[in-house]
Amino acid sequence: MQSTDSSFENLRKDFPILKRTVRDNKPLVYLDNASTTQKPNQVIDSITDYYQNHNANIHRAVYALAEEATEAYEATRDKIASFINIQDRQEIIFVRGTTEAINLVAYSWGRSNIKEGDIIVTTEYEHHSNIVPWQLLTQEKRAKLEYIGVDDDGELILDDLDKLLATGKVKLVTFSLMSNVLGTITDAKKIIEKCKVAGVPTLIDGAQAVPHMKVDLEKLGCDFFAFSGHKMLGPTGIGVLWVRKSILETMNPFHGGGDMIREVHKYETTWNDLPYKFEAGTPNIADVVGFGAAIDYLTKIGMDNVREHEIELTTYAIEKLSNIKGLHIYGTKDISKRGGVISFNFADVHPHDVAQIIDGEGIAIRSGHHCAQVLMERLNVAATSRVSFYIYNTKSEIDVLVNSLNIVAKVFKL
Amino acid sequence: MTGTTDIYHEMIIDYSRNPINFGEIKDHDVTFHDSNPLCGDSIDIDMKIDDNKVTDIKFHGNGCAICMACSSVLTEITKGKTLDEVRKIDKNDILGELGLEHLQAVRIKCALLSLKVVKSALYTYMGEHLTDSQDVDKLKEEAANLY
Repeated sequence: MQSTDSSFENLRKDFPILKRTVRDNKPLVYLDNASTTQKPNQVIDSITDYYQNHNANIHRAVYALAEEATEAYEATRDKIASFINIQDRQEIIFVRGTTEAINLVAYSWGRSNIKEGDIIVTTEYEHHSNIVPWQLLTQEKRAKLEYIGVDDDGELILDDLDKLLATGKVKLVTFSLMSNVLGTITDAKKIIEKCKVAGVPTLIDGAQAVPHMKVDLEKLGCDFFAFSGHKMLGPTGIGVLWVRKSILETMNPFHGGGDMIREVHKYETTWNDLPYKFEAGTPNIADVVGFGAAIDYLTKIGMDNVREHEIELTTYAIEKLSNIKGLHIYGTKDISKRGGVISFNFADVHPHDVAQIIDGEGIAIRSGHHCAQVLMERLNVAATSRVSFYIYNTKSEIDVLVNSLNIVAKVFKL
Repeated sequence: MTGTTDIYHEMIIDYSRNPINFGEIKDHDVTFHDSNPLCGDSIDIDMKIDDNKVTDIKFHGNGCAICMACSSVLTEITKGKTLDEVRKIDKNDILGELGLEHLQAVRIKCALLSLKVVKSALYTYMGEHLTDSQDVDKLKEEAANLY
């Protein structure tokens, strides 16, 4: 597939929701993709097909349906392995999403590896899901949570990491591969290099990156990696935790229950093999199947084409938005260092008011702190407006956005 | 302009730019802070209370136009009222004053954050000054059912 505006526009027919109108018959302009993406028919149909034709519980019964359901569920694990280049499918654990993945690591790995006085390092541009689990853990263990700062261009200050690593007390460094507010793409290679020298494991929150660019875990060389299905055309409630096997083998289970056991006796239990030891209870089978369809869809387009399309949209949007008087864009303008996320403030108008007024024009954007209050404090703002793009967005939608901001200017007499 | 922008009328915009009773009361008798976890709107309210009457009230913080306008109107309504009268202030007193009766659910919390803070401040003050435990229980119940 060629990465041109028109070839991507062609994809829109696969997304039934993009045909609808909102608020007084305005065509929907969906620009909140960093929050969640819309779903193509291929994903929706795969879930329907699963329930209509194959539904059964997995890994248990011998009958035909159970075998089909198990095959469909496990096929997604293989698709994920090749999508982000993982050699060993046993390292892939299905979870509800990135939040659960990080909590799983904090609970199962953190509780047996973090002691009093240890340091866990995160960054100032993390989502709350990569801060709060570590606060809970460090408070419980009397350990410390420290931060890599963010500079005025929205990039991480890696000198902070050097200083922290020099203490010799750091036991984990955790960071997102792309900021959900600034769009900054983290220099993961450099961070991981430094951590490897210091012998410190790394966790990457890939929720914002995996949907938008080619990610290769073999090349990255981190130890834990988490991402969500719903931000990449898949259903909600399904995500992935990948853990390097040498570490995963040492970890205690997260949840106890069915499917994660080998033998259960009255007072003791032995665990099932990886990854099932970490997948207790009946999993979200249908949505795992849907997630597989989403990966197929993205694979067909090609992740390099996805990235190229978003670079084109982001470049266009930054140019157009920069021309609006009083509009301030946060983060770097170096397009090679940012994904398709743009946070801004418009004069003295509160982001909520911006979002509400342009909602009247059919445009869906996010306003608020974007679950990143630590970053909001760093930027010294209470909130921002945020637009974020995906494969089905077009330049003409950006024009609609820009025109609607003129209405905001009129209402607020800017 | 469409339906959703109708709420942004002159009065709302004016109040958001030039809020009334904005600031702090250093020697307040009671102060309270609350925020809206959804959007980060954050409001502090200081009250001066003499002889069971709110003699002065000021608010500060950060919020959208709806939140700021409602805080202005609420503090105007509250000033000079007896504690029992403040206790009876209803959400419709604020929404009605600004023509926001049909505000969508997600924005109602912006509009009523300051009312929640005023009532919480009031309950805090009354709780500290009441001796009858039955009254305190009733206050707690009222506070719990604010929205």
